[in-house]
Amino acid sequence: MSPVADVFEVIRLSDQVWFLFATLAGVGAAGAAFSKNLVYSAFALLAALFGVAALFAWLSADYLAITQLIVYVGGILVLFLFAVMLTNRITEVEGSNPVVGAQPAAVVSLGVFGMLAYVAVSTDWKTLPVTSRFETTAPLGDLLLSTYLLPFEILSVVILGSLVGAVVMARKEMKD
Amino acid sequence: MDQLAILQVGLKHFLFLAAVLFSLGTYTVLTRRNAVGVLIGVELVLNAANINLVAFSYYVTGTLGGHVFALFVIVIAAAEAAIALAIVLAIFQNFKTIDATKIDVMRN
Repeated sequence: MSPVADVFEVIRLSDQVWFLFATLAGVGAAGAAFSKNLVYSAFALLAALFGVAALFAWLSADYLAITQLIVYVGGILVLFLFAVMLTNRITEVEGSNPVVGAQPAAVVSLGVFGMLAYVAVSTDWKTLPVTSRFETTAPLGDLLLSTYLLPFEILSVVILGSLVGAVVMARKEMKD
Repeated sequence: MDQLAILQVGLKHFLFLAAVLFSLGTYTVLTRRNAVGVLIGVELVLNAANINLVAFSYYVTGTLGGHVFALFVIVIAAAEAAIALAIVLAIFQNFKTIDATKIDVMRN
């Protein structure tokens, strides 16, 4: 048996799926961060968001996974593409995402990454024994309408206000 | 088998992936001159935070508080994206550009 096949024997199938979608999320994020073309950047963000949604499903957060797909991929990403199309002439999309100050930004983000990764790997996290996939959707609904009812209602007012505000700001000024 | 323990997915894997997404997001925010590109970086940062919230909820607390917060973060991100893109469109109508380094009429 070849060593590669041996490794695949050892990793559980669920972990193989995890590595697949983690790679999708990481590569998508890298594409969004490094692409020179804003449209490619937006589509790479699509891959990253899809990978994160799959990881939510992996963590048995199925409601969050579906919300991520509907709100992010279906809503926010389409908004981004609209903004790209409305603010760049189609011929200018090439090189539409110029980079400024790459070296200091790389130093800062590598420093942040090193710190976060060091803390994540070196800390002895008190984890629960993973038993089985637990149900989340129905308890989440109960929580939103009992413990978290006040933040939930405030949040609905916030998003209503912000969407109305967005419409008011984005429309063209009426000439009278 | 000991060197293969890194291939058993656990909390640290999620935290490491979130660190990757977070630092890529900060890099995007810091380097982009296009305002929409900056917003793409902000979305990456918010997603990294969401991964952490849900992973801690699954591995550490065993309760759903992290899910609720992740849901709130998604909703706030939607509101933020709508507002920010509306501002971007309004800026584009006035300045004919969304290059963040050229929008400086209030300088001096």
